[in-house]
Amino acid sequence: MSNVKAIANDAPTGQQELKQKKSGPWREVWRRLRKNKAAIFGLIVILILVFLAIFADFVAPYGYDDQNLQARFQTPNSQHWLGTDNFGRDIMSRIIYGSRISLQVGFIAVSIAMICGGTLGAIAGYYGNKLDNFIMRIMDILLAIPGILLAISIVAALGPGLRNVMIAVGIGSIPSYARIVRASVLSLRDQEFIEAAKAVGANDFRIIVKHIIPNSMAPIIVQATIGVANAILSAAALSFIGLGIQPPQPEWGAMLNTGKQYIRDYSHMTAFPGLAIMITIFALNLLGDGLRDALDPRLKS
Amino acid sequence: MHRYILRRLLLLIPVMLGVSFIVFTMMYFTPGDPAVMMLGESAPEHEVARLREELGLDDPYLVQYARYVKNAVVHQDIGQSYKTKRLVFTEISSRFPNTLKLAGLGVLVAVILGVPTGIISATKQYSLFDNIAMVLALIGVSMPNFWQGLLLIIFFSIKLGWFPSSGFDTFSHMVLPALTLGTSSAAIITRMTRSSMLEVIRQDYIRTARAKGQVESVVINQHALKNALIPVITVIGLQFGYLLGGAVLTESIFSITGVGRLMVDSIKSRDYPIVQGGVLFIAITFSVVNLCVDILYAFVDPRIKSQYK
Repeated sequence: MSNVKAIANDAPTGQQELKQKKSGPWREVWRRLRKNKAAIFGLIVILILVFLAIFADFVAPYGYDDQNLQARFQTPNSQHWLGTDNFGRDIMSRIIYGSRISLQVGFIAVSIAMICGGTLGAIAGYYGNKLDNFIMRIMDILLAIPGILLAISIVAALGPGLRNVMIAVGIGSIPSYARIVRASVLSLRDQEFIEAAKAVGANDFRIIVKHIIPNSMAPIIVQATIGVANAILSAAALSFIGLGIQPPQPEWGAMLNTGKQYIRDYSHMTAFPGLAIMITIFALNLLGDGLRDALDPRLKS
Repeated sequence: MHRYILRRLLLLIPVMLGVSFIVFTMMYFTPGDPAVMMLGESAPEHEVARLREELGLDDPYLVQYARYVKNAVVHQDIGQSYKTKRLVFTEISSRFPNTLKLAGLGVLVAVILGVPTGIISATKQYSLFDNIAMVLALIGVSMPNFWQGLLLIIFFSIKLGWFPSSGFDTFSHMVLPALTLGTSSAAIITRMTRSSMLEVIRQDYIRTARAKGQVESVVINQHALKNALIPVITVIGLQFGYLLGGAVLTESIFSITGVGRLMVDSIKSRDYPIVQGGVLFIAITFSVVNLCVDILYAFVDPRIKSQYK
């Protein structure tokens, strides 16, 4: 229905009208994104993953911790599509349950980074001067430590576990959000509509939340999509070296860590969890690239 | 130029103070008494108290930090390992060359694979080569490098037996770790080189160069490449820092005695001074690399040189 309308209104004069009627620019973004096959493919894969994560109890053929010691180290077969591990647990079920952990880490860590980094960046960019200098120098210092290393040292201080991994990965990526938000706030701060908002007496909080943030969403959304991918990778890396989510939790990185011990004889234990990580990251990257092109057509060559 | 370098070197000091402060704070609030760690859980209480006094662990937090900085600057003493009782500085500096070598080789692999692929992709945009390269680059970015390391071991070391799967002594030991570390950066460098080249190729002076009859290879390699290099160099510099971090994982996979593996082992045995020192070492290296990258700009682009004062 709305499709027909969009096409009908696509005439040169109708476009302006359409933008005002519907929720405006986002519709336009979706229209552009829909044309990008790769991005839609990525989106579908992610939706499938979200579905699997939510309905893991119904989808997974076995529980993530169902041991069957008679069926250890089975290579893929009709009963266990992706084989079994050193405790005879079904690898496919573990991977399905693992999507819960990975998606959770990805979204929560990025939310932490986005909220903290975004706030700091907005304050730095909006108020400028000394406060800007102070906040951004701290961010520079954090950026001097490679992200994964910062996450490792935070986990070292907090201890392992799902919650601490989310915090560590989240804090590790605060500086990049602060920088992005600051940059877009700086470019908006002196525009006329902000001046107009000031003139009618809006306070700073209202200006930042109502006028500046909605206008700087594009780069934040792109960064967040790529950020979820990076967070999942970092969390898997932490678990892989044994500092993150602990067994028997079916985290993909932790599964790889176990698989590594049996790599000589049972390489299927390392192949599949890694493949799951790769597919997830690949899909998020496709979507992120697509969103960047859709949100800022000028960047596209 | 000299003054610029000097000023940048001086700017490293506050960054290092900041990094050390963050790391020190993190380790300070880590649960567990260092004195108990050094003496063992079963040590008598008065011995623990004596050691606490000796190490100044009862002093206020800022006093302890100031002492940490003073010892670091004056004696290059950044603490003592709880486990081996050796100085953190010696423990780390003995392993640091391996980490640096690994990260350096990773960057080398990344540049050798990434820059030419990016150039060819840009000059033959939308060709078969370009499409394949872009898909491979996306896969390279998406592949967790620790998993890739395991796959390389399965294939080249277990199945084919071409390269050893652990150690870091000879060239053949280094092949798999360097590939593991370098490929994801290669993918990023490929994408950056391609987009930067595409931007430059469209410029008027490239058309002029072609119009005057210049050979295509000279147009690409001399006129275009030099102007497309700045963002590529930035990315290479950033990747170096990223690879120093990534080396932690690669060292664990291939059992390389480097700083990263030392840090991971130390976290597990709660040997925090080592962790602290490791982060500090890598952060300093990363900052120095960034400085070198900025200086390198001046050689690639004389316009930037005139800005450095």
